[in-house]
Amino acid sequence: MTPATGSIIYLEDVTVDYDGFKALSHLNFFMDRRELRVVIGPNGAGKTTLLDVVSGRVKPESGRVIFGHNTDLLPLRENDIAQLGVGRKFQTPSVFVNLTVWDNVELSLRRASKGVLAALRRRDPGEARERIARTLETIQLAGKAGAPAGALSHGEKQWLEIGMVIAQDPELLLVDEPVAGMTDEETARTGALLEEIAADRSVLVIEHDMEFVRRLARRVTVLHQGMVLCEGPVEQVQSDPRVLEVYIGRRREGADAVR
Amino acid sequence: MPRREALAVGLAAVLLVVVLPVCNTLPAGSPLALSNFTLNLFGKFLTYAILALGLDLLWGYAGVLSLGHGVFFGLGAYAMGMHLMLEIGAKSVYQSSLPDFMVWNQVTALPLFWKPFQSSAFTLAAVVLVPALFGLAFGYLAFRSRIRGVYFSIITQALALSAWLVFNRNEMNLGGTNGLADFKTIFGFPLNRPGTQRALYVVTALALVAAYLVCRWITLTRAGKVLVAIRDSETRVLFSGYSPAAYKLFVFVVSAVLAGVAGALYAPQVGIITPAKIGVLPSIEMVVWVAAGGRGTLYGAIVGAFGVNWIQSWLTTSYPDLWLLFLGGLFMGAVLFFPDGIVGALGRLAARARRLVGQPTAEPKQGTAIDHCAPMNSK
Repeated sequence: MTPATGSIIYLEDVTVDYDGFKALSHLNFFMDRRELRVVIGPNGAGKTTLLDVVSGRVKPESGRVIFGHNTDLLPLRENDIAQLGVGRKFQTPSVFVNLTVWDNVELSLRRASKGVLAALRRRDPGEARERIARTLETIQLAGKAGAPAGALSHGEKQWLEIGMVIAQDPELLLVDEPVAGMTDEETARTGALLEEIAADRSVLVIEHDMEFVRRLARRVTVLHQGMVLCEGPVEQVQSDPRVLEVYIGRRREGADAVR
Repeated sequence: MPRREALAVGLAAVLLVVVLPVCNTLPAGSPLALSNFTLNLFGKFLTYAILALGLDLLWGYAGVLSLGHGVFFGLGAYAMGMHLMLEIGAKSVYQSSLPDFMVWNQVTALPLFWKPFQSSAFTLAAVVLVPALFGLAFGYLAFRSRIRGVYFSIITQALALSAWLVFNRNEMNLGGTNGLADFKTIFGFPLNRPGTQRALYVVTALALVAAYLVCRWITLTRAGKVLVAIRDSETRVLFSGYSPAAYKLFVFVVSAVLAGVAGALYAPQVGIITPAKIGVLPSIEMVVWVAAGGRGTLYGAIVGAFGVNWIQSWLTTSYPDLWLLFLGGLFMGAVLFFPDGIVGALGRLAARARRLVGQPTAEPKQGTAIDHCAPMNSK
């Protein structure tokens, strides 16, 4: 397989070994630009490890990870990868609780340099402030711009983090279980938000909630034991006997979820 | 900086830099007179406050707890002390051009690393550069290897212990246990003259004001926000494209330089610097000043350094047995009852009083106080 010219991320033969446990085993995976992809799979299938490899948190034992046309991500640190245009939203909300909502987004804003000297220099131009304000509108937190992020509700923190990642203006956005612990209403809003984001960038979502996966209704990749079990439209994946077997073999509620 | 704050800083600066030294020049009988002893004592406290500012920037903002800042204080103090020793020249007890302790140790020639300290320009540069470079090297190794939280604190404590052991050794030619003392002049001015001490006090007070302004400026920039962000979630900072290691290294070096400058101002005012100022215990005491004053506010660090040491100097003369009990109680109290320090507790009291009177309140940020509860950032 050669990288398609339109691919945003391309993993070839990637193996991650945690003291004998192969979290990813000769994984091949690629995504097109502007694609919204959902990755599902039972616990321990390697979903979060996949995000860790792409975002630079975990370095694989072997394999290649190519971003965009031909940028090798393996030698790069997490912050360099983020600067290249890979944003990551964590499963548990990770925001700066002692800073205001506005400051949270301001720090995340895409900028040429995020070094110490650049950060000591003068305030951002008005254009940057506009971008922050627009991002806050998108995540519907404009009314709470001055509040400390620690005072937000769980759902609001999740949106704030999504907003922070949007402000990074990434080409590829990695999202780990965005609706875990959310109310139905919050889940619906998050779905709409993700679709809005996916309009002009690539989004890779990891999700357990099949209801939510059906809502996003895009291409789904099923991971199992560190490998791709199958890939395709959500209806096809759900009726795939191998997928059912994996979930039933693992745990009942998983099987229920897939059904 | 908001106008009210600028006004408060200006008033405090005038009080420290102008009013107190003027009080010192008043005749002894005058009600506002300040004795040479007290002014000298305040000068010493202000050097501690300079150090505490850097420590607060590091701990209160970036969440990096150093238990080894006595080392950087010592580096600055010894750099200055070495120059002062050489200034004594042949006026020493043994009337040798070598410092007395070298004569006792039968050293016949000035060691090579002492020679540049004959130059006052070199000494002033060394006061800043030696702690800076040492902090840079140590911080680079620690932060690059992603040593953080408690592990970082333990390593800095080990640093303090090893530095203490090294400075205690006679073979180091730094005066061993007795350190450097018996200074006569500084840049030609006799140290036993009140005018010289007053000038040293004024320089210290100016240095404190400058240090405060620099630290405050840092906290107001985006870099300052990144420091707070690192305390909140280092991972998020990393995945937002910032290198937490670079920011922590920056603030670590700033705090090392402030500690070095504080040490250099301490040595001539107190007249002695020994390894006892470098080790684990003094380094922990420095942390207590910041914790007691109130972390993450900068002025709290100044209040803490000044207040704790003032109480210490009063207790150790009036009730010598009580001091250590008090110090222990203070630290426990800071952890258990007023995690945001004296200034935080006073702020909350004021808010409560205002509420009782029925005035609209400016409630201090509760979130900050709660998040400060953990004595260390152990992420």
